[in-house]
Amino acid sequence: MAYSDKVRNTYEGTLQGIKDKGVFKQERFIHSSQDAEIEVEYPAGAPLQKVINICANNYLGLSSHPDVIKAAHEGLDSRGYGMSSVRFICGTQDIHRELEKKVTEFLGTEDTILFPSCMDANAGVFEAILTDEDVMISDRLVHASIIDGMRLCAAMHDTFKHSNMKHLEKKLQLHADKRLKVVITDGVFSMDGDTAKLDEMVALCEKYDAMLFVDESHSSGFIGKTGRGTHEHCGVFGKIDIITTTFGKAVGGASGGCVSGRKELVEMCRQKARPYLFSNTIAPVVVAGVNKVLDVLMGSTERRDKLEKNTEFWRKGLLDLGFVLQKGDTPIVPVMLFNAKLAQDFSRDLYDEGIYAIGFFFPVVPNGAARIRTQISAAHEMHHLEKALVAFKKVGEKYGILGLTKQEIIEKYGL
Amino acid sequence: MEMKDIILEYVIEEYLEDEDEVLTFDSPLISGGIVDSFSMVSLKRFLENKYKISIPDDKATPEAFDTVDKIVALVKEYIN
Repeated sequence: MAYSDKVRNTYEGTLQGIKDKGVFKQERFIHSSQDAEIEVEYPAGAPLQKVINICANNYLGLSSHPDVIKAAHEGLDSRGYGMSSVRFICGTQDIHRELEKKVTEFLGTEDTILFPSCMDANAGVFEAILTDEDVMISDRLVHASIIDGMRLCAAMHDTFKHSNMKHLEKKLQLHADKRLKVVITDGVFSMDGDTAKLDEMVALCEKYDAMLFVDESHSSGFIGKTGRGTHEHCGVFGKIDIITTTFGKAVGGASGGCVSGRKELVEMCRQKARPYLFSNTIAPVVVAGVNKVLDVLMGSTERRDKLEKNTEFWRKGLLDLGFVLQKGDTPIVPVMLFNAKLAQDFSRDLYDEGIYAIGFFFPVVPNGAARIRTQISAAHEMHHLEKALVAFKKVGEKYGILGLTKQEIIEKYGL
Repeated sequence: MEMKDIILEYVIEEYLEDEDEVLTFDSPLISGGIVDSFSMVSLKRFLENKYKISIPDDKATPEAFDTVDKIVALVKEYIN
């Protein structure tokens, strides 16, 4: 038997090490559909508890929208369950191309190619469009999937300090001799909720003849006046060379992603991107759902407008209570606690108060930057947010941190 | 200005976010989490441009770049 006691012990030891460090991840089983209120079994075997969910990426509340569910049912009935093929053999339906065209219009680009996920899009895009003669220059806080994609690419990689345009310019000068240069950033950064300075980045890229890549996973659907994304918010709609985004967050929340941008780059992905070539694409039922989501979003800004109002209310409410927040104006509102154990304890106590929010700590965020990351949704009604604020006040009082500064919280609990 | 001062100054400006942090010639850069493997490339390019040398990729290891002192020793190997 190849899986000997020695092998088993090796893995058991590694897993125990993860537990000993206090970073062992456990799933919580949800017995309802994704929504503002969910029924949760936690820990496993415990009675179900109805809680308000403030940690989903369900920004627009479309995960369980009746029109989307109806469209998905129709897609399932008319196009079946699976494709049993990759795209270029016999795995492309008319609705896949329809979705690619719709995404292109929504994002203001030239063409789009679907991927099974945005993780796959980010993993495949760089290798498809760059060679060892080129350079990738990324913000130091880009998403892990982008880092994986850069690792798979032969081009040189370098970084610039988070959102530091002077540093980026230095890097563009340093790598002026490279054949092609790509500047890489998230549109909205998932852990801090801050927004990339895309207007300045576009100007620098034009000045130094570099392409600009933006991951819009935490912005597509709700950032910008009509929800098109960070490029709309920054006034550079139509000027981004490569956008990747997901359909697993605001845009229906099921799964799937894409690369959207200059038509030659999209075609390079169609010819060379390995997650596209060697994996089935998005299932027809999901494609039908995302197609409907985009119709909803292009027909009305009602949901992103409600999200904006909810976010303003939530952020102000937390500040008035005396919490330390990361600055920003997106629906990602991190409540800073700095100490990892405090973040875990705080999350557990919130759960007891009927609020589902997760503590994040190293290595997901930098050491000493532990937090509760809250995420607001258009599915939240005012009474949800008011109840959540009451719970935050109660737990904040318990730990004596309301009104304390960053330094005072660190002095009280350590890093 | 000595080579080690020039390199230390570059590392501080290039990698530190918090101006209050203190770095010395023997501070662990890679193993201490100050410089990640992705960001190491700019340090290598800086050294090559500044001292007109070419450091082979297999010599530009995290161990060889782990402190300013070690970097100075590496650079001196390639200066004529």
